[in-house]
Amino acid sequence: MPMQPASTEIASRIAAIIEELKDLEGPLLPILHGIQEEFGHVPQAALPVIADGLNLSRAEVHGVVTFYHDFRAKPAGRHVLKLCQAEACQSMGSEAVAAKVKQLLGIDFHETARDGSVTLEPVYCLGLCACSPSAMLDGEVLGRLDDEKIEEIVAEVRS
Amino acid sequence: MIPRIYIPADSGALALGAEQVAKAIEKELKERGVEAKIVRNGSRGAYFLEPMVEVATAEGRVAYGPVKPSDVKSLFDSGFLKGGHHKRWLGAPDKIPFLAKQTRLTFARCGVIDPLSLDSYKSHGGLRGLQNAVAMAPADIVKQVTESGLRGRGGAGFPTGIKWKTVLDTNSERKYIVCNADEGDSATFADRMIMEGDPFVLIEGMAIAGIATGATKGFVYIRSEYPHAVATMNKAVAIARKAGVLGVNVLGSPNAFDMEIRVGAGAYVCGEETSLLNSLEGKRGVVRAKPPLPAIQGLFGKPTVINNVISLASVPIIMDKGATYYKDFGMGRSRGTIPIQIAGNVKHGGLFEAAFGLTLAEIVDEIGGGTASGRPVKAVQVGGPLGAYFPRALFDTPFDYEAFAAKDGLIGHAGITVFDDSADMMKQARFAMEFCAIESCGKCTPCRIGSTRGMEVLDKVAAGIEAEKNLALVTDLCNTMKFGSLCALGGFTPYPVMSSITHFPEDFKPAPTRVAAE
Repeated sequence: MPMQPASTEIASRIAAIIEELKDLEGPLLPILHGIQEEFGHVPQAALPVIADGLNLSRAEVHGVVTFYHDFRAKPAGRHVLKLCQAEACQSMGSEAVAAKVKQLLGIDFHETARDGSVTLEPVYCLGLCACSPSAMLDGEVLGRLDDEKIEEIVAEVRS
Repeated sequence: MIPRIYIPADSGALALGAEQVAKAIEKELKERGVEAKIVRNGSRGAYFLEPMVEVATAEGRVAYGPVKPSDVKSLFDSGFLKGGHHKRWLGAPDKIPFLAKQTRLTFARCGVIDPLSLDSYKSHGGLRGLQNAVAMAPADIVKQVTESGLRGRGGAGFPTGIKWKTVLDTNSERKYIVCNADEGDSATFADRMIMEGDPFVLIEGMAIAGIATGATKGFVYIRSEYPHAVATMNKAVAIARKAGVLGVNVLGSPNAFDMEIRVGAGAYVCGEETSLLNSLEGKRGVVRAKPPLPAIQGLFGKPTVINNVISLASVPIIMDKGATYYKDFGMGRSRGTIPIQIAGNVKHGGLFEAAFGLTLAEIVDEIGGGTASGRPVKAVQVGGPLGAYFPRALFDTPFDYEAFAAKDGLIGHAGITVFDDSADMMKQARFAMEFCAIESCGKCTPCRIGSTRGMEVLDKVAAGIEAEKNLALVTDLCNTMKFGSLCALGGFTPYPVMSSITHFPEDFKPAPTRVAAE
């Protein structure tokens, strides 16, 4: 992918986020969260702008962005469905839940449906361990998933 | 008097439909033209009864649960606003056996009060600890916390007072209090519950820590998987600041303390204290070598107290009721109470705060009521993904830091995951290695490479390829990881792996034999 200079409009939105947060102690994570909230991902074009704004090298910013699971290099689907796959949910059949969701949506973990409707991700614990198996759909928490609830979720993300 | 209805807004209750219940109740109130005040409280932690709705009556609170939206009409018909009988009627919440048997010190207000009402917090004993602390010399506060016997509730069990003393004794123009709210261990949700259900107790604990050590700035590092906790904490900090609990003159004293809420970005390893500090500084969440200790060179190189949510949230009651009061609970060197989180395949899952000393059997069979599936319990994992799997033969182990260490386990952040007899322990052992491989920060070789090699070797065992030789190799690898890793991620991954191999050897027999046996 050729590196395009950020369009003026994108660059100014990024600059505004940096300007707002750069005086915090340790501003990089808040800035990256801010950019991801604004654009749905952290565009490549943002990295040199951040590096410049915080007096870091581009490699340092790249290193941080790629270290954390949360930051996306490209936009997600319209919905993001995270299925908990940690031990407490495993004990209540989270693996079977994941298999069923994958089959119904026709995608695997870390994939986005071809129509852009949904991105499916595993998550290791939502802190809903007494309500297993659990999931998070666009920030909304869901517990004690059963076949009926799974079908509801799938219908919702497809609509 | 306008009736008050309590409907939890705790994530666990929301995951079970509390929002839909709240909407149904609002709608019903409107249709019937009845006036009532709805309070969105935290959860009391009995998740098998959530969503648990409570009504304040002249005779005290009456609970109903688990309430479904379809129950709401009939609840009104049965006069639930006056505590009337209904199939979901549970009676007085503090008489529900699961709750009545607890010793609630840290969680005394959680699920009871409106989390964002400072008045409600104060009328339930809040701010008394901080009130006492501002009138004391820092060294005396540290002494009181030390004498209480409080140990780090994040998992390491290091005495909180001693950590504070190091920071107090280190000279610096700037010091920090960092609260580790990166509660990533499966089976744990105590930090989340406190932040959503009683956020001021954490703020109060951090302010006391600041005054005790001379730190003027605090950070709460909350994992991004907890959006509701982040939102509640942000609101609570703003309220505390406005009320003068935080700021240049804490409760009108000459002590300054303020704090900020920060959000993690999905890295489990950031629950390790030094990698959390790097993350707060805006770096990759890579583990730092110790020494220097964070208490001497921590955040931005300054002396830093880094404590778990529950450790800090237990400080206010120690400063309110005294070190002896707290210390009188517990056993051996494990003093006070511990919020045990009973999770996974269990009938009565939830948070159970009790003095140290309950046995695993009491927790799993009596309090937890056995498995949700009704099948026999095969194993319980204590202490999250880095904790050991315990077989029934070890269920007499009392909940105590030293007793668990003696059985090659750990209590960690006090989460317990129950598995029924359908669990395949070889699969669980492999998952421990896989999880370590996904979450390793990559700094040290035993963790980074060992975890991947561990998965591969366990796959060979599963496939029946030189099983005995490969199991010996896994044991050797675990030894290297345990003693050669920089932090608990690589260092403790051997606990679930080795405990599975030791206690459930039948699950590690090569596949052909297993098929033949069935």
